[in-house]
Amino acid sequence: MKICVTAKGDSLDSQAEMRFGRSPFFIVIDEESGASSAIKNEYADAAGGVGPRSAQVLISNGVQVLITGQLGGNAQRAIEAAGIEVYQYRSDGTVNDALKQYRDGSLTRIL
Amino acid sequence: MKRIAVISGKGGTGKTMVCAALAAIFPPDLVLGDCDVDASNLGLIFQPEIISRSPYYGLKVAEIDQDTCTRCGSCEEHCRFGAIRSQEGEFLVDSIRCEGCSVCTLVCPKEAVSMVQKVNGELYYSNTRIAPLSHARLEPGSGTSGLLVREVRKQADERDGDRAFFLSDGPPGIGCPLIATVTGMDAVLIVTEPSLSGLHDLKRVVTVAEGFGVTIFVAINKYTLEEEIATRIEDYCVERGLHVVGKIPFDPTVIESIRNGRPVTDYDSPAADAIRRMWEEIAEIWVNT
Amino acid sequence: MKIAVASGKGGTGKSTFAANLALSLSKSNDVVLVDCDVEEPNLHLFFDAEHEESEVTVPVPVVDPGKCTFCGKCGDFCQYGAITVLKDDILILMDLCHSCGGCRIVCPYDAITEVPRVIGKVRDSQPDEHLRLVTGVLNEGETHAPVVIQMAKALAGSTPTPAGAVFEHQFRELVCSMADVTIYDSSPGIACPVIETVEGADYVVLVTESTPFGIHDLELAIGVVEKLGIPAGVVINRSDGLDEMTEELCRRHSLEIIMRIPFDRRIAGVQNRGGLFSQDMPEWQGRFTDLYHHIRETGGGGA
Ligand code: SF4
Ligand code: SF4
Repeated sequence: MKICVTAKGDSLDSQAEMRFGRSPFFIVIDEESGASSAIKNEYADAAGGVGPRSAQVLISNGVQVLITGQLGGNAQRAIEAAGIEVYQYRSDGTVNDALKQYRDGSLTRIL
Repeated sequence: MKRIAVISGKGGTGKTMVCAALAAIFPPDLVLGDCDVDASNLGLIFQPEIISRSPYYGLKVAEIDQDTCTRCGSCEEHCRFGAIRSQEGEFLVDSIRCEGCSVCTLVCPKEAVSMVQKVNGELYYSNTRIAPLSHARLEPGSGTSGLLVREVRKQADERDGDRAFFLSDGPPGIGCPLIATVTGMDAVLIVTEPSLSGLHDLKRVVTVAEGFGVTIFVAINKYTLEEEIATRIEDYCVERGLHVVGKIPFDPTVIESIRNGRPVTDYDSPAADAIRRMWEEIAEIWVNT
Repeated sequence: MKIAVASGKGGTGKSTFAANLALSLSKSNDVVLVDCDVEEPNLHLFFDAEHEESEVTVPVPVVDPGKCTFCGKCGDFCQYGAITVLKDDILILMDLCHSCGGCRIVCPYDAITEVPRVIGKVRDSQPDEHLRLVTGVLNEGETHAPVVIQMAKALAGSTPTPAGAVFEHQFRELVCSMADVTIYDSSPGIACPVIETVEGADYVVLVTESTPFGIHDLELAIGVVEKLGIPAGVVINRSDGLDEMTEELCRRHSLEIIMRIPFDRRIAGVQNRGGLFSQDMPEWQGRFTDLYHHIRETGGGGA
């Protein structure tokens, strides 16, 4: 299963990002292999359609679980249609911290 | 955070005046917004001290490299916004009409078209004596006011998401900036006035707001000017199940307060009293539940 | 001649001015009044008459599931995020679509066609022998106001179809009007609906009021007409005599104050009840007619 955490930087030690569509990076973690990779979000500074276009990036990369701070309405519609589960992480911690909390079951599912 | 926007449908009903007065009597754990980016006026009452400003980029616009262009006219033919015009043998982009769709880059056989960033306004974050204010200025003639409204909203969320309340002035009308304002609000206060056009526009904006499932409050401003129409507005609201939370009398103090750059609640006056009572009603229904 | 009536701030009395001007001029000219404030059209409240209505549509994409391979090209192209390509389905967010037609062009499998989607309507009425009223109405919940404005202006017979315009097919059946004067009533603000309304006019009347809000927003509106390079003049409505700051602003921009309408509860009352003060106070008809001649002589060259 692939998990994506929105992040300000490109590694597991980077600070997690609250925003979804404008997140500078998407860190994708493959739970089976343990491998992680960073996708730079081309739409982070774009003007329009940022939410659904970012959602498309996750969908195209086969992500099944998303951990982020908040989702806009249009992104939500796309993510929901794709059947991706969304968990909310609103602290200042790192990607690793967000993952740990997710695995501990202490994050709230928002979608 | 609880979020409320003051909107009106019809312009000039006194929406900004009411918003400013409410801000002055709101609980202090508040962040203010001005989503009327076309004509942002809340600042005229609160004299904001700008602490950060950032350029606002709207959608990109097309640019044609005249040296590469072979004047085939394909872009002009495919542009559905009439943004490409031939002038003395050259194809030029009217950046006001361009909606940034990029179809021209798709159909140009010579790759002469590129999409470039354009500054369409400025986003501000300010201090006022009441609360921080997220606001913006739109470049005249820019097409993306809805997107700028979203930036104003986002900035308030990001900087002050932990405050208890977000109170925002909204745009008139029912189009894209209004929809960007109402999306994700918990409540709206519609300020209307006792005229036939006020009632007509109220009905349209109510339909839009209902589509978003927000709590709707209605205030009738200057109701003493036309009491009979004010009654008709109240009847309509009752029938539609809307809360009429305030009736504000016509009061010359209002103009005076605006001319002095102060919220009307700084004065002892009938309008100020009515707005205070209105806030109690709103708080009763919205805050304490 | 085409006159646009605009105002930065809402509620300055722009529509009232447009309606009174139209009524007064229709005594001796053929007038078409076009309500371009499609988000909140109000002029029909002054001129009650039966109307014919036609729909305003925009083309939006539909995907043929038999042809689509879910390659994702359309979603990649759309600049507004209106198309999301899922594993075995396509999600189109219609309200984000700008009807550019790009997805159809980019699809390698010809899987996309376009169908009309209704976003508003235009109404055509003849309240008086020499007065025609065309009203654009944006449906509630829709965002593309400029399209409806474009249609209303086209119906009024006063704009040529922009090259390749989205709605070309809709224009064909429309009759061209031969009006002497066309008056466009704009929405408030300074964004795209205002530009769509004002473009192509020979002269812009900016209606304002002498409050700090009015002056602030007038300056923004002046920015728009200066950018478009259209001659303009200012009308001060509900003037209580304290107009110095507005006068000063107009001086700085070399704009003439072409009319002052005093604050008068009688005028306000007539209006609030849906009446026109130039009807109840006929001396105003002469003033509006004089104003029109003045505009023709000084500013709006076109006939
Ligand atoms: S027509 Fe244009 S805006 Fe609409 S979905 Fe297709 S590419 Fe996007
Ligand atoms: S471009 Fe055509 S084939 Fe590819 S996903 Fe879009 S509709 Fe389907």
